[in-house]
Amino acid sequence: MNGWSALDRFLQTDPRDVGCAEAMEMLHIYAELIAASGPAEQQYPGIAAHLRACGPCGEDFAGLLAALRDEAP
Amino acid sequence: MARLSSIVVMVPADSGAGKSPAAAARLDADSSGWLQALGCAGPARKAALGRLHELLVRIARGEVARRGPRLGITGPELEDLAYQAAADALLAITSKLGQFRGESRFTTWAYKFVILEVSAKIGRHFWRHPAVPWDAEDWDRLPARFGFDPAHQAEWRELLAALRRAVDEKLTARQRQVFVAIVLNGVPLDALTVELASNRNAIYKTLFDARRKLRAALAANGYIGDDA
Repeated sequence: MNGWSALDRFLQTDPRDVGCAEAMEMLHIYAELIAASGPAEQQYPGIAAHLRACGPCGEDFAGLLAALRDEAP
Repeated sequence: MARLSSIVVMVPADSGAGKSPAAAARLDADSSGWLQALGCAGPARKAALGRLHELLVRIARGEVARRGPRLGITGPELEDLAYQAAADALLAITSKLGQFRGESRFTTWAYKFVILEVSAKIGRHFWRHPAVPWDAEDWDRLPARFGFDPAHQAEWRELLAALRRAVDEKLTARQRQVFVAIVLNGVPLDALTVELASNRNAIYKTLFDARRKLRAALAANGYIGDDA
């Protein structure tokens, strides 16, 4: 990724983005749906938008998903 | 390192567990078992707390191991961070049992707490060895932060000058403060919440609004496309 695209991506904001508080409130439900290959992005577009844009929340999501996948049979 | 015995003593007696029959009716057997065991008194509850603590330690260890290499934290420090996160998560979970609505498995809900505790502790850990002061305004750092190639300075100099003008002219003092810390100085968002005594949601919203303003300013002058 070059500087132009990195800056462009940084300045993109999605109006559906629900913010950290709502995303964290629903994270366990969203992660379980993703782990089960359910339609999480369609069902929760605002959370999907947030997790794409927010580094810390995206990291928490990745961690929770990894935990779920680690214990899957 | 936190000891389980001290954690058990500190668990609130009335956590609200089992107060929502409607939610309980939807629960899977495993989640229902957890709620029942944690909501009762005596040895069964103590045993459940012990099992939950073990689970949380396992998840915390996995999470710090996953993040550790990028953070430069290793060995006993990483292990200690995992145990602290598990202990604090156990306290949070037991005090909020009544808020579990059965929309996921109980363990998934519980794991979320320990993952968030790991994040918070990593955020605080950042300030032990910060690379630069969080409020330093060295604007020469800006091109590298976005990966602009110094060899092609002629192509991006005007764009970044416009970005800096927009930061000066369009952002509030708070938005500028957050932009400088996170973008210019690379302070992680969770670490900045500690420094500013704020929370993740508030800092994210401040930066979100700043990003929107900066794009609008750059788009108005033809430097970059409009989001819409």
